[in-house]
Amino acid sequence: MVNITINNCKLQVEEGTTILEAARGAGIEIPTLCYLKEINEIGACRVCVVEVEGTDKLVTACNNKVQEGMVVHTHSGKVRKVRKANVKLILSQHDFRCASCIRSGNCSLQKIANELNISEVPYHMEPEKAIENKKFPLIRNAEKCIKCMRCVQICDKVQDMHIWDIKNTGVRTTIGVCNGKTLEESDCTLCGQCLVNCPVGALRERDDVGKALDAVEDKDIITVVQIAPAIRAAWGEAMGMDRDKATINKLADALKKIGFDYVFDTCFAADLTIMEEGSEFLERLPEIKESRLPMFTSCCPGWVRFVKSQYPHMVKRLSTAKSPQQMFGAITKSYYAKLLNVDPSKIFCVSIMPCISKKQECDLPNINATEGQKDVDVVLTTRELTRMLRAYHIKPEALTDVELDRPLGKYTGAGVIFGATGGVMEAALRSAYYLVSKQNPPADAFKNIRGREGWKEAEFDINGTEIKVAVVSGLGNTRKLMEAICKGEAVYDFVEVMSCPGGCINGGGQPIHDGCDMVEDRTEVLYGLDEINELRFSHENPAVLECYESFLGKPLSHVSHKLLHTEHETKEQFETV
Amino acid sequence: MSRLSIVTKDKAQITVEALYKDLERRIVASPPGLCPVELTGAFIRMCMAQTCGKCVPCRVGLKQLARLLDDVLDGNATMETIDVIESTAESIYLSADCAIGYEAAAMVLKGLEGYREDFVEHILHGRCICNSNQNIPCVALCPAGVDIPGYIALVKEKKYADAVRLIRKDNPMPVVCALICEHPCENRCKRGMVDYPINIRGLKKVAIDNAGEVPIPERAPDTGKKVAIVGGGPGGLSAAYYLSLMGHSVTIYEQRKKLGGMLRYGIPNYRLPRERLDADINAILSAGIEVHTEVSIGKDISMKELRKQYNAVYIAIGAHTDKKIGLPGEENAKGIISAVEMLRGIGDDEMPDYSGKNVVVIGGGNVAMDVARSSVRLGADTVTVVYRRTKGDMTALADEIEGAIAEGCEIAELMAPVGIEMDENKNVTHLVVQPQMISSIKDDRPSVRKADTAEKKIPCDLIVVAIGQGIESKSFEDFGIPVKRGAIEALDSNEIKNVKGIFAGGDCVTGPATVIRAIAAGKVAAANIDEYLGYHHEIKCDVEIPSVTFEFGGKYGRIAIPEREASERKKDFEPIELGMSCEESCQEAGRCLRCDHFGYASFRGGRTEKW
Repeated sequence: MVNITINNCKLQVEEGTTILEAARGAGIEIPTLCYLKEINEIGACRVCVVEVEGTDKLVTACNNKVQEGMVVHTHSGKVRKVRKANVKLILSQHDFRCASCIRSGNCSLQKIANELNISEVPYHMEPEKAIENKKFPLIRNAEKCIKCMRCVQICDKVQDMHIWDIKNTGVRTTIGVCNGKTLEESDCTLCGQCLVNCPVGALRERDDVGKALDAVEDKDIITVVQIAPAIRAAWGEAMGMDRDKATINKLADALKKIGFDYVFDTCFAADLTIMEEGSEFLERLPEIKESRLPMFTSCCPGWVRFVKSQYPHMVKRLSTAKSPQQMFGAITKSYYAKLLNVDPSKIFCVSIMPCISKKQECDLPNINATEGQKDVDVVLTTRELTRMLRAYHIKPEALTDVELDRPLGKYTGAGVIFGATGGVMEAALRSAYYLVSKQNPPADAFKNIRGREGWKEAEFDINGTEIKVAVVSGLGNTRKLMEAICKGEAVYDFVEVMSCPGGCINGGGQPIHDGCDMVEDRTEVLYGLDEINELRFSHENPAVLECYESFLGKPLSHVSHKLLHTEHETKEQFETV
Repeated sequence: MSRLSIVTKDKAQITVEALYKDLERRIVASPPGLCPVELTGAFIRMCMAQTCGKCVPCRVGLKQLARLLDDVLDGNATMETIDVIESTAESIYLSADCAIGYEAAAMVLKGLEGYREDFVEHILHGRCICNSNQNIPCVALCPAGVDIPGYIALVKEKKYADAVRLIRKDNPMPVVCALICEHPCENRCKRGMVDYPINIRGLKKVAIDNAGEVPIPERAPDTGKKVAIVGGGPGGLSAAYYLSLMGHSVTIYEQRKKLGGMLRYGIPNYRLPRERLDADINAILSAGIEVHTEVSIGKDISMKELRKQYNAVYIAIGAHTDKKIGLPGEENAKGIISAVEMLRGIGDDEMPDYSGKNVVVIGGGNVAMDVARSSVRLGADTVTVVYRRTKGDMTALADEIEGAIAEGCEIAELMAPVGIEMDENKNVTHLVVQPQMISSIKDDRPSVRKADTAEKKIPCDLIVVAIGQGIESKSFEDFGIPVKRGAIEALDSNEIKNVKGIFAGGDCVTGPATVIRAIAAGKVAAANIDEYLGYHHEIKCDVEIPSVTFEFGGKYGRIAIPEREASERKKDFEPIELGMSCEESCQEAGRCLRCDHFGYASFRGGRTEKW
């Protein structure tokens, strides 16, 4: 233990603690900007500077450790003056026309500038100029970039993709894309982790709200919304709603109020995915055992994009099942169009996703069941959803629980947990067990693959067959797993991959809370909803069973193949945008 | 009104003079890896401040050049901009009235020639070619990449054994390097921006002087692979050490009686005491290395045989043959020896007696200083170092030259040896030299030409020729290893193109260089041989690096390593250098700016924990 004094408050803290942690532990807040715990502790913005007695220069709190007898002042005159000057310098290179920024109100720079009572910037304004590609789902606005390096560090240390890189030197040092490429030429998976960790509005998603609302306004068009599992864990955050109040049914109410015709649930398609992917797995199992190479899930478009660029020889190991989003679109424009007795071209399918990569998935050239028709017309992230709700001045307190429409709004608990790491695997195992043994396992039989650990593995005996599975989330972990598989050091039968650490609940399209880890809270929501759902098995979803009965036939049928499976062509991702 | 007055500096002038000094030091301390285009722009801006403003090319032209360079850097330029820059710089160069203008333009022209591709990259792709990873300057400049801030911090905390352990992660010869390393690490030490570069070698010496015997790390399990090392010098020993730690079975073949190579047979005891050299060698051998001395490849065992017996071979034979100066009569004269010959004898403790002799040393490198200072110790009456250029052009370290002078050696600069005179018994009596005069700059150093004066005769009984060494590469060439101008051709990975399993590095590839470069080559060879053998062993060190302290502020002088008085030390071969006191080393180590923590390293290019 080390004895220190911060702002006249005597403290005892563990050796090796940073000044920042020590202060926060004692309830003393030191503002930070570039700091991202364990990922970006580089003291670049110099906002967290504090005064340490006995030294003339100020010291950054984020990456300097406490020392015995240290006396620290976090808000002395010297500190406040310098901190303020540094924020003003940052502002001189930042386009702070906040009113037109999507991060206004949720911007760490805006917050710190306000807290420091900055009312003018005495410097020449020189934000960096660069051309942005507004068509790509991920957009970088150089004029807002404060060079905090978080995007670089997340992409390096967590996702191990190294897409962002330092460009130029000296005062022209900035962020560029590796090897001088453009973002769209790069191997970027569009996981969006850089975006959700950007403290300002320098990184943003392509806003597609207008396209969705145009469809709503068009009286000849039937608008159908699907809501991804992870949305229910987070959509209320930016609306200022308690987690238990922000139900999927209130969201349905809000969407109906805006004017969407039908509100459904992607969980329905998740259940459908399990039927297809589970059956596919059982069909491929003998070959899997023989080749000692697993089948990989294909729900996550970031992961699919990753495997196409990083391990193209493994593309054939992906399940051919489309993601729930795309299955939903395909079913909407076929089965549901038939039910409504309308031409599919009259239906406009909007999906609400926690994800940026879904925006490119729905644009993949070969993803649609029918040529010339988009199965999913537009993808909105959770953030776009809440911006849309705000634009309609929807008040959370005025929302009531509204039933989702039928039949595509019917879902099981297995479908809900798709939004968390391990969820797809658990749902698949629940049904695979049934498909093999014709009886249900206990619903929580596979719960030991839950949890946020980056690389989990488990073995299950399904009716006498040993099934070895792995679950990874985060692309850094994914690369480690892929290397082990390629070298033959790890052998699995079935592997679930989600690009974002913790799964879709922590996706690149989710609400941003700078510096806060939302994984636990959001995960809890999904498992809670699974637990209270009377249906825990995808194969028991009556709407799914009805769909098979009257339309698809059975899993892996000819119709299923046509509508619900894809070939994952490697070259196609480079043709988009 | 007085007719004349004394010019005195006002406060502003005095301050600016001081700032010039600051700037000089700052330029010296420039971190490696900066963008040359960016620097050119910065230099031109400084030149703009120097312009008197009278003439158009300088007053207007330099400003326009700066603007154009900004265009390149800001992405506002086209390929034609380069032409405009070039023609403008040429015009300024040709028409400026004084050096302020034409030398400024010359810098730009030099830049366009030296790094045109950097201009092009900025224009076409809006980025620098230069590596954006600005590594810790001292570590980046150490060929072996030793964790210098790490061990300095340990020395400061008096954890000397840990410092040795940490150094050994990248350099298994901490003792040798503490005593004789050329310390390229100090060249761009960021502390130079504050006051003076850290005395890094001095602090390493403190570590090894106080560490006692430090056991080496545990060896990895046996791999069953066999590696032969040809040459037991620093490079061969380093490769052997790491390969053995990795679990490979290593055998060194050494031509001479003892291991050490040029460290033993080229560097005299007063700089590198034998027992200190042996301390490093013994530590290395404790990794379990087999040694065969007095074995010559090509004579006692063929390269072919070696290749057959071992899974991999590392050639690190160094550069040990002497070069002849080519004076008429040199072949038959008695009393002309090479530096290699002289130092080799001393290396095997065969001390000649030079009492009463007048010795002339030809050459200006460190080896020339070694033989000159050894000659003093062997009793020579006079020792004269003859060099055809000036003292300032000598390649020897300044400390070595000063040391030699302090011990009574005469430096005869601007003297080109042209002949010898002998007595009837063929003993040399004089070295005939032709005085030279300093002439124009060629390749960035002043050339010399024959002065219009008569030849001179320097009386002498012994001439020691120290003009470089060659490489005995014949037997390797015969085996099929590519050799170019005597040197073995190896890639940067120490592999040899199209010859699998054979690696080469150190002096035999680069020509005579420094001990730390040989060690670095040995380290590279070990890593790549390990990979070649199908492994990926990691060399690491679990020593905990002390965290930074916050004793900023204050400027200090640089503490030098104390030495014995010249008059005393020149009488024997005992070490010249003493050690810093604890007080001194703590102050010196405390000056370290900890670039492993502050600055870019906290983002990128920081500590390399393992290799």
